[in-house]
Amino acid sequence: MFKATVIVKRRPKILDPQGKAVEQGAKLLGFNNVRQTRIGKYIEFFVDTDDKNLAEKEVKEYSEKLLSNPIMEDFEYSITEVNVSGESK
Amino acid sequence: MKPKFGVVVFPGSNCDYDAYYSLKKVLHYNTEFIWHKEKDLKGSDVIILPGGFSYGDYLRTGAIARFSPVMDSVFSFAENGGIVIGICNGFQILLEIGLLPGVMLQNESLKFVCKDQYLLVENESTIFTNKIGKKVIKIPIKHGEGNYYADAETLKEIEGNNQVIFKYSSKEGKVEKKFNPNGSLNNIAGICNRKKNVMGLMPHPENACDPILGKTDGALIFKSVIENFTN
Repeated sequence: MFKATVIVKRRPKILDPQGKAVEQGAKLLGFNNVRQTRIGKYIEFFVDTDDKNLAEKEVKEYSEKLLSNPIMEDFEYSITEVNVSGESK
Repeated sequence: MKPKFGVVVFPGSNCDYDAYYSLKKVLHYNTEFIWHKEKDLKGSDVIILPGGFSYGDYLRTGAIARFSPVMDSVFSFAENGGIVIGICNGFQILLEIGLLPGVMLQNESLKFVCKDQYLLVENESTIFTNKIGKKVIKIPIKHGEGNYYADAETLKEIEGNNQVIFKYSSKEGKVEKKFNPNGSLNNIAGICNRKKNVMGLMPHPENACDPILGKTDGALIFKSVIENFTN
């Protein structure tokens, strides 16, 4: 079994109103050096197979087709082999 | 021939009954609901993808609904020239499935907007607009993610092909930043595909049909479609 983590980020040129709003909060707290706050998504799941290539293919397709929208987002992923209880081998 | 509207119901749709009510009870059109798990469009001539929060808007608005079983049928229907109108969340679903270009971002203000909005009818020669008979209409908007975005090349293409149908404007039809409720590119409120049979719009025409609500411009869009059908 493999554990996958996917990070979906808004592409650099796309407006991120949420990040902008959070940065206003940073200013209110006095973090005046904080710049360009961007908010993305962190997604984790398991892929129930022993075939690493298949696992990687599924993670990639899942990320491309559903977890991200290529018009406005980029994604990166990593996979690690784990045992049935989800612990790293 | 009596044209028929099919209103798709997704889990989380909340303007499906508004659309059904306006089309069937106010405008007296043949109208039927279509559950999102069905593949059969029940002989509909016009498909309405209604507003709401399908699948809780998780991941991105419309991102999961576009994989509902009914959407395979809607996609082929649209590809074969069938008329599809996506309202608000329905517009977002059409963007996600790729029947319309671009994406929807959160409103620039980060606020959910709910108000009556004037729209300039930018393209008056589509089946959705050619019988409207006026240049500016008033229709309510109610959304948190209506900030239409497309890359420069796509924007140029849709503007060049006259695919922009409605723009946020003043009562007089002036298109300026200050009349833009959500930050959308060039005040875009509604667009169609290249073949001009699929339209997505953020404003809610179904909420401006019953005279008791004090506004009826939304009905003009549905009437336009129907008149094109019957003529």
